[in-house]
Amino acid sequence: MKQITCYIDDKAVTVAEGTTLLNAARKAGIDIPNLCYDPRCAPIGACRLCLVEIEGQRGMQTSCTRIVEPDMRVATDTPKLNSQRKRTLELILSEHRFECGTCDTDGECRLQDYAYDFKVQENRIPHIESRVKTRNYTSGEKALIYDPTKCIRCGRCVAICAEVQGIETLTLRNRSGQVLVTTGFDVPLKESTCETCSQCISTCPTSALYERSAKFAGKLKDMNRVRTTCGYCGVGCQIDLNVHKKTGKIVRVTSEVGVVPNDGNLCVKGRFGMDFVGDSRRLTKPLIRTGERGDGAYREAEWDEALDLVASRLSKIKKEAGPDAIAGFSSARTTNEDNFVMQKFVRAAVGTNNVDHCARLCHSSTVAGLAKAFGSGAMTNSIAELSDTPLIFIIGSNTTECHPIIGINIRQAVQSGKSKLIVADPRRISIARSADIHMQQRSGSDVALINAMMHVILKEDLADRDFIASRTEGFEDLLPEIEGATPELAEKITSVPAETIRKAARMYATAESAAIIYSMGITQHACGTDNVLVLANLAMMTGNVGRRNAGVNPLRGQNNVQGACDMGALPNVYNGYQKVDDPKVQKKFETAWNTKLSNKPGLTVVEIMNGLESGKVRGLYVMGENPALSDPDTNHVLESLKKADFLVVQDIFMTETAELADVVLPAYSFAEKEGTFTNTERRVQRLRKAVTPPGEALEDWEIICRISLRMGYEMAYGNTEAIMKEIQSLTPSYGGITYKRIDKVGLQWPCPTEDHPGTPWLHEGTFARGLGKFHTAAYIPPREQADTAYPLVLTTGRQLEHWHTGTMTRKSVVLDDRVPHGVLELNPEDATRLGVADGEPVKVSSRRGEVTVPARVGDKTAPGTVFLVFHFKEHPANALTIAALDPVAKIPEFKACAVKVEKSS
Amino acid sequence: MEKEIAFYAGQQRIVFLHNGKMDPVRIEEYIARDGYAALAKAISTMTPQGVVKEIKDSGLRGRGGAGFPTGMKWDFCLREEGGEKYLICNADEGDPGAFMDRSLLEGSPHVILEGMAIAGYAIGANRGIIYVRAEYPLAVSNCTKALEQAAEAGFLGENILGTGFDFTIEIRKGAGAFVCGEETALIASLEGKRGMPRSRPPFPAKSGYKGKPTTINNVETLANVPAILLNGAQWYSSIGTEGSKGTKIFALAGKVNNNGLVEVPMGTTLRKIVFDIGGGIPGDKKFKAAQMGGPSGGCVPEEYLDIAIDYESVKEIGAIMGSGGLIVMDESTCMVDVARYFLEFTQEESCGKCVPCRVGTRQMVDILNRITEGKGEAADISRLEELAKTVKTGSLCGLGQTAPNPVLTTLRFFRDEYEAHIHQKTCPAKVCKGLIRYDIIEEKCKACGLCKKACPVNAISGERKVPHVISQEICITCGNCYDVCPFDAITIS
Repeated sequence: MKQITCYIDDKAVTVAEGTTLLNAARKAGIDIPNLCYDPRCAPIGACRLCLVEIEGQRGMQTSCTRIVEPDMRVATDTPKLNSQRKRTLELILSEHRFECGTCDTDGECRLQDYAYDFKVQENRIPHIESRVKTRNYTSGEKALIYDPTKCIRCGRCVAICAEVQGIETLTLRNRSGQVLVTTGFDVPLKESTCETCSQCISTCPTSALYERSAKFAGKLKDMNRVRTTCGYCGVGCQIDLNVHKKTGKIVRVTSEVGVVPNDGNLCVKGRFGMDFVGDSRRLTKPLIRTGERGDGAYREAEWDEALDLVASRLSKIKKEAGPDAIAGFSSARTTNEDNFVMQKFVRAAVGTNNVDHCARLCHSSTVAGLAKAFGSGAMTNSIAELSDTPLIFIIGSNTTECHPIIGINIRQAVQSGKSKLIVADPRRISIARSADIHMQQRSGSDVALINAMMHVILKEDLADRDFIASRTEGFEDLLPEIEGATPELAEKITSVPAETIRKAARMYATAESAAIIYSMGITQHACGTDNVLVLANLAMMTGNVGRRNAGVNPLRGQNNVQGACDMGALPNVYNGYQKVDDPKVQKKFETAWNTKLSNKPGLTVVEIMNGLESGKVRGLYVMGENPALSDPDTNHVLESLKKADFLVVQDIFMTETAELADVVLPAYSFAEKEGTFTNTERRVQRLRKAVTPPGEALEDWEIICRISLRMGYEMAYGNTEAIMKEIQSLTPSYGGITYKRIDKVGLQWPCPTEDHPGTPWLHEGTFARGLGKFHTAAYIPPREQADTAYPLVLTTGRQLEHWHTGTMTRKSVVLDDRVPHGVLELNPEDATRLGVADGEPVKVSSRRGEVTVPARVGDKTAPGTVFLVFHFKEHPANALTIAALDPVAKIPEFKACAVKVEKSS
Repeated sequence: MEKEIAFYAGQQRIVFLHNGKMDPVRIEEYIARDGYAALAKAISTMTPQGVVKEIKDSGLRGRGGAGFPTGMKWDFCLREEGGEKYLICNADEGDPGAFMDRSLLEGSPHVILEGMAIAGYAIGANRGIIYVRAEYPLAVSNCTKALEQAAEAGFLGENILGTGFDFTIEIRKGAGAFVCGEETALIASLEGKRGMPRSRPPFPAKSGYKGKPTTINNVETLANVPAILLNGAQWYSSIGTEGSKGTKIFALAGKVNNNGLVEVPMGTTLRKIVFDIGGGIPGDKKFKAAQMGGPSGGCVPEEYLDIAIDYESVKEIGAIMGSGGLIVMDESTCMVDVARYFLEFTQEESCGKCVPCRVGTRQMVDILNRITEGKGEAADISRLEELAKTVKTGSLCGLGQTAPNPVLTTLRFFRDEYEAHIHQKTCPAKVCKGLIRYDIIEEKCKACGLCKKACPVNAISGERKVPHVISQEICITCGNCYDVCPFDAITIS
């Protein structure tokens, strides 16, 4: 980009073309006063404090809106300017309730600082009597509070709501001195389009917008702000836990503008979902079952007793039935360090490869499919690139709800005209409203849809022949299948009009650069691996891999699901995807860990459940997972868990799974831990201890190490950094990652050496496996089809306000207020036929179970399809789902099963 | 006939050439009066650059108020690369008392359309928008009819007159915000956003409607264009003063015998407008001042009656040409009250975005209210001056930058009136209710009872044949009694 030199207060400053004067001055170390500027939004120019004088131009100009021109000479600190600023500040303060003594932001408020710096006399200008109503759009609201007497009408909240969050919930009403922030028609926030992201709070320069729960819970100057990584989804937002110095409680969650990857933006869970950390129901002491399994009778025990019991029972099973009768569920919720230690424990101390975790249930088909096609099963590109990717193709990802920060990046890119968007989803999800094309395919028909798109691309000669010739293999084998996959045939299978498929194919293929985004709508099918493979085919066919703004990008669900996979919490690979059945690898780890290791790939999650049922698996160690609610066909899961010889659960709450355990061990939550998470874009980021853990809880890795020692295999680490050192030495892609290097900004693997800058996009020049490989896949219908007995197709998923099995989010006051229960989404056509009205309870049943839940009648789902989230134990979606497995990845088909819906009597 | 009437004799009608002379919604009549001949000439015999040059040479300046040279404005937009450009006709006339745009839109809609098409050709735009107040239903209706006729006749639409030039116009109605006359607020409003101005640069010529190069011209400006092209730049520039060419329409109102729209050559004196065309002040009262340029303008006192009015001379006095509002005030007008009135208007119409305009004008209005209520303090004049400076210097758009003008000009020319209000607690013009009292002169009172009937608060007592008395405790100084008394028996003091 062209560089321009200008002179600010006689200092020469060189900046990129298009930089504003305010930012150029900042670069020169000159901080021009301002209150209405937020780098996340377009400059507003309302506060009139950033005025400067430009040589040769009349009057004063706002530096936030002025773009630097070559040789511009600017003065920022003249008596004239400062006098004008002082007068303007007096005016601002004359409508602001200037009572810093009782203000939450006291001590960290720029308005207060400027008033001091400019020696403003408080009462020189009479205070304007507030003409505002007492009630406003936040009255009675649980999440936030708007105080018009503190509001300086800068418009930042309105701008961020429109420009960053992209929802335009907030607006200004009235004119002149009556201006107020409100929602359209003043509806209460909860009834508006608000997504409760509270970006408005984050941008408010005063305390006019504030978390209601944080009001009078401590002034900002009394907070310790601990930078850590959010423990919810795979985006890996950098958050600051604001912990009161005296009480040690988390008062609010903030994020700094400029941080990677979220730039100060958070979602409702990140902002309001931390109540669980300090919840009184946290586990504080080890528990040992006293009654029958499942009846909930436990006694508290000392750590020694509990650990001895675990070690002895596991050792006994190992002795009696061999190490393969034991299995471990590692956790995508815990740190890389915890996962590394867990899989090492299962492999080295127990001696089996029976370690798996919930990635099996979300992206095992990605890991399998992309590894086959590209040689590496991770998101190929970076989150930041989505801000200017010419074409984004989202398929099977409810991005704005499940990866909210990526969702808003995409929404912004589309709204600003930088990106075109195609969405393929069986539901009319929120991001579909921003799309140029929305294809509402039948659940499970993705292969047919994508094959037809490829058919069009080949027929219309839109493929990238050079890329196919130089970078890939197996293209010819693909042709017969694609030849037959006409859009007309696909229309019959998917219900998407052939012409729409053609339009989408052309738009994707002719874009300068196109990125595919997908998630569990693709992976959670019995044909999940095929789904991933055809997406890889589509990208390779058009040369959209191995460069910026392109790629095949699975969005990983859990905060550390990428890391848990990287750490080898998988039955077939060690950390860094090193195969257990590769003799060289086996040797390497046997040497490093100084013990014999099994070369037999272990069992996957669902296979372990089946193993429990058949008696093949007798002992199960569950760390931070809740399969009793999260796994398909939960009735079967519960039966299996009950059959376990010995079940140990290590968690922060008494979960539905823990209720069945023999021993329950209390662990640290993410806010109490040191360590690292790896986010969906392969970025390894730090986790830092912010609060004191409750009772006698211990860190996950520490508990495992103590058990391991008791089972005769010593794992001794002084701290998590020591574990990371071992990870670094045994994981080539993490070879260059140290705590020191990721202190400020995380690094993206592969990062083989300590001088390697990390890798924003994969497969540049060459694929991880050398040549990219096309794989032929034909459409196979979902395992269970709608029929006369069960005439509707159920698809399941998540929603913005809740997480997984709800153990954390349902303890949040705000989240519970927003969404206290789930709903069955039902198309009006089906609802009318069934005689069900909106809000009425319905009984949903499948061949495996039934739940009762209120119906929400609307056109989000197509006729014939219903949708239910799996967060709520009162109506668990997974009581209905089928454990039909993908033959390669063994992922269950959460996204399609047959159900019937009846009016609940 | 017209020429015999003083009101018309002093005018020179170029813009208003067709008003009242033809049925505004019969395109045939317009064509018969050389209508669309200028457009035909422009698009078939001239290049866009040629049209721009003609307008530049004519010396035409923006009639919306600021007087920016129209040709230069067009040139900026013409020079911008890129296919999609817009030409917007600003018909969001909002100054109280000004209605020349309305008159043109209602009476000569084809002239505006022709001017727009020529402007569109000159800047390279294929789309025009008329942003008009929703409160002008006849203007909307006449323009809509004219648009249909022009499209049918081939003066608008695709391939106009076979030249390959495409131009369409749509009408968009504003929702009644004064500030939407400001061009960036107008664009925001057109884009469906709240009508709030944004900082310039970038100017609309670079980034306007939908981010595309856009020219915004006032109705009256565009109405000048066909005449200039038909008669030539030289003809046009022969009218007016050195720096301001052509004619200007004033909305003559207030204490003047002939009210109405007056089109005169630039350089005409205020005296000629008020006394020759306007027929002087009713009741032979004394001329005190004229508020020029609407609420953003300023009060021009008697001593300037003989200056030649053009953009520069008006500005020198501290007023502005504005859209051409001209309100005449006589000796019975209180200048503090006038300043308060206009400032209150702009204060209420402030969009509330920037601090100086939102809060500064409010503070100024509060002070003026105090002064007119008799609660003024010695420091109030300097407070007003300081606030006026802050607001003028710091405001984002023209509304705030000019809002203090009525206060500043009255402080400059009628400071003694402020001082009388503050120090002597009297209103010399006997207008400010907080500073006057009404009394009945016993000798003159015939006890007719009219005043008693007219009093809305029953402050007047008195029996038949007994002189009436006003209770000062109850009186709200509304002045009803003064107005109804047939015997001049009521005094104001």
